Amino acid sequence: MTAGTDDLILEITNLSKSFGPIRALRGVGFQLRKGEIHALAGENGAGKSTLMNIIDGILRADCGEIRLDGQPVTITSPAMAQTLGIGFVHQEIALCPDITVAENIFMAATNSSRAMLMDFRDLERRAAEILRRLGDIDPTAPVRSLSISQQQLVEIAKALTLDCRVLILDEPTAALTEREAQILFGIMHTLAGQGISIIYISHRMVEIFDNCDRVTVLRDGQYIATMNVAETTPGEVVSAMVGRVIDSLYPPKLGKDERSHEIILDVRGLTERKRFRDVSFQLRKGEILGLAGLIGAGRTEIVKGICRLEGEVSGEVSLHGRVLHLVHYADSIAEGIVYLSEDRKGDGLFLDMSIAANVSALSVEQVSTRTGIIDDRRENEQAERLGARLNLRYGHVGQPVSALSGGNQQKVAIAKMLSVNPKVIFLDEPTRGVDVGAKAEIHRILRDLARSGVGIVVISSELPELIGVCDRVLVVREGRIAGEVTGNEMTENRIMHLASLGEQRPVAA
Amino acid sequence: MSAEGTILAATTPSGKGRNASGSVTDTLRRLLRMRETGLVLIILVLFIAMSFASPYFLTWNNMRAMAMAFAVEGVVVVGMTILLISGGIDLSVGSVTALAMVIAGLLFLNGVDPWLASGMAIAACTAIGAAMGFFVTRVGLHHFIVSLAVMVIARGLCLLGTGGRPLGLYTLPPEFKFIGQGSIGVIPVVIVIFVVVVVAFDFLLRRTTMFRKVFYTGSNEKAAAYSGIRTKKVVFLTTTLCSALCGVAGIIYMARFGSAQPTFGIGMELNVIAAAVIGGASLSGGSGTIFGAILGTILLSVVSSSLALLDVSVYWQDIIRGSILLTAVTIDHYLNKRRG
Repeated sequence: MTAGTDDLILEITNLSKSFGPIRALRGVGFQLRKGEIHALAGENGAGKSTLMNIIDGILRADCGEIRLDGQPVTITSPAMAQTLGIGFVHQEIALCPDITVAENIFMAATNSSRAMLMDFRDLERRAAEILRRLGDIDPTAPVRSLSISQQQLVEIAKALTLDCRVLILDEPTAALTEREAQILFGIMHTLAGQGISIIYISHRMVEIFDNCDRVTVLRDGQYIATMNVAETTPGEVVSAMVGRVIDSLYPPKLGKDERSHEIILDVRGLTERKRFRDVSFQLRKGEILGLAGLIGAGRTEIVKGICRLEGEVSGEVSLHGRVLHLVHYADSIAEGIVYLSEDRKGDGLFLDMSIAANVSALSVEQVSTRTGIIDDRRENEQAERLGARLNLRYGHVGQPVSALSGGNQQKVAIAKMLSVNPKVIFLDEPTRGVDVGAKAEIHRILRDLARSGVGIVVISSELPELIGVCDRVLVVREGRIAGEVTGNEMTENRIMHLASLGEQRPVAA
Repeated sequence: MSAEGTILAATTPSGKGRNASGSVTDTLRRLLRMRETGLVLIILVLFIAMSFASPYFLTWNNMRAMAMAFAVEGVVVVGMTILLISGGIDLSVGSVTALAMVIAGLLFLNGVDPWLASGMAIAACTAIGAAMGFFVTRVGLHHFIVSLAVMVIARGLCLLGTGGRPLGLYTLPPEFKFIGQGSIGVIPVVIVIFVVVVVAFDFLLRRTTMFRKVFYTGSNEKAAAYSGIRTKKVVFLTTTLCSALCGVAGIIYMARFGSAQPTFGIGMELNVIAAAVIGGASLSGGSGTIFGAILGTILLSVVSSSLALLDVSVYWQDIIRGSILLTAVTIDHYLNKRRG
């Protein structure tokens, strides 16, 4: 592909945008060719979202120029962006849960149509046509009944209805499993083949290098570089993103001589009527254990079952050789078994409350007097101590958590877990939506915790992460443990094979 | 990061307890940014303006009348604020307050000792709150609908029990009327009760482990559940507490009026919710302070009293009160947006 100017569908020059004193973008340039998949990379706060929001008309730039097909345009609203052929699939799913897939897909089209009455049959037929390109989704089903990954596909279908020429995908794979992501990549290549240009925002180097033609890196609101993916390396891109050389993404694993036979957690015959059956595994001292599997395979459900967060569970859980009798999650916390939720904002943190109050939420009693009065100083000290241990970047502990970046919010969520000196921590997608730098830090923290004797179990849909971080990985398939991989056996291929072996039968979503 | 972060956190309990190491100017700046300071300033300005506008305003009698007016309602505001923080709402406060009066009044007229009758009335209100809590937490209905139904039912019970006429309780013993009418020195007993309730619950809410869970639950119920907090229990208790405090307020009113008024408190829920919201409580839960809510009550009460003294028509008073609420909430919305 040669880079003639007439090749360009979208050209941005010298774009700047400030929010009060914060300069979110400083003279950024960006060029998108027809039919290319162009990755936009950068840490959280680098300005990717601001740039995309300007292209989509959600925000107005302070200065700079946007050219579409060589013509200068001023995009004043998302509706205008749509008529210009720009489709934006946001990271956060924004569908109406109670109406059907078809109605959601054509929401924008219906909105701009002049017809007085809805033609539902026509709507469903056209929705089915578009969905056929994306996967097996019933257009008449209410969105509420779909899995997160299916909802993501509905979002994409929605963008496709608008005859878009430029499709912006903001971390579309964050909620998808590897297999679903592969389907999405297939769709992306098909669309690119039809001449649609795709801006692909992602933190994941593997995805960028497997699927994109070029990558543009932003850092601190500035344009850093645009590289041909074929001519660069993930290391180079990551270094450009963080502005320094990252020596290794993953901390070293457990050495042979460090392996212990001491069992921290012993789970036997754990069963929940619908979701999982006869799950047994052991967690050894010092190791990081991974749980892999497709979405809906039951990984999260098993872990929540152990913690008594959800479901009526039978089976035996023992901690350091002692059988536990857990009824509520509070009992589990009291025993030192805690769960870090996959949905940080939805059910992990109290965003409008202070850092200190978030950190102490698992046991306010711990920072209180015996009569039940909270000791502010102890509460603040606890947050400061754990904040320092996790290298949390914040102003002061009275600050609301919503003021922190995604990575730092996740550290607060981890600090909350650590506040009760847990013996076992289950982490569900601990680095989702976290930038590269913070990700490496969180991995290091997990390793340090494991070394200090805390049992660590990580659920992740990102196979490279599981392989990079864990000493041993259990693969869950259809509510059962399908297998275990360690050492050299830990490859994406082997794990995917175990996770999807039972593919003939439909996987319960 | 910026000092702006403090305000938001200041409406939640631990924001205030930042390290004592902050300098005096720092503390002052934080104080200035707090909503409570703004409310106090507005109330002061109203006071000064009114003392010029009407010679009767700054008299002992007027002050006393004003204080009596907001003190009893203030007890209900405390309950409502805590309920709002936990994420609930109660529209039945007015009729439950009246029902407490009616139950105690009827029992008294049938020969029950007034203190015992009051205890039973408060217990009945507590039971009503528990029933609402049951429908909300166990059945899974919304606070709004459940309390709307109870609002109508309780009012119906009031009218059924009294035939719609006030019950004259002329034989109430003087030591009982003392609660509503007496004074300790120059301070009316009603004010003393009010101050005790406010100070006690303000302390409990800001400082105790038990009430911190109310904030967690209201801020993010799922995250609270994922922190091992039994959120349904919390909501059940805040719902019950609010009705119980309505019962207490009803008894004080009865002692003050020397009668039981079946139609008392119509529209009270709006006043009470408005006061809590002006004082910083959020309808979506998770934030609010007792002190702020009481300032909101005082503000609304000073405004009513001022308008009455200035001979403004009663109809205008409602319009003005509603506008104040709308203004306060709008300002708050923009302040919050800027902080976000």
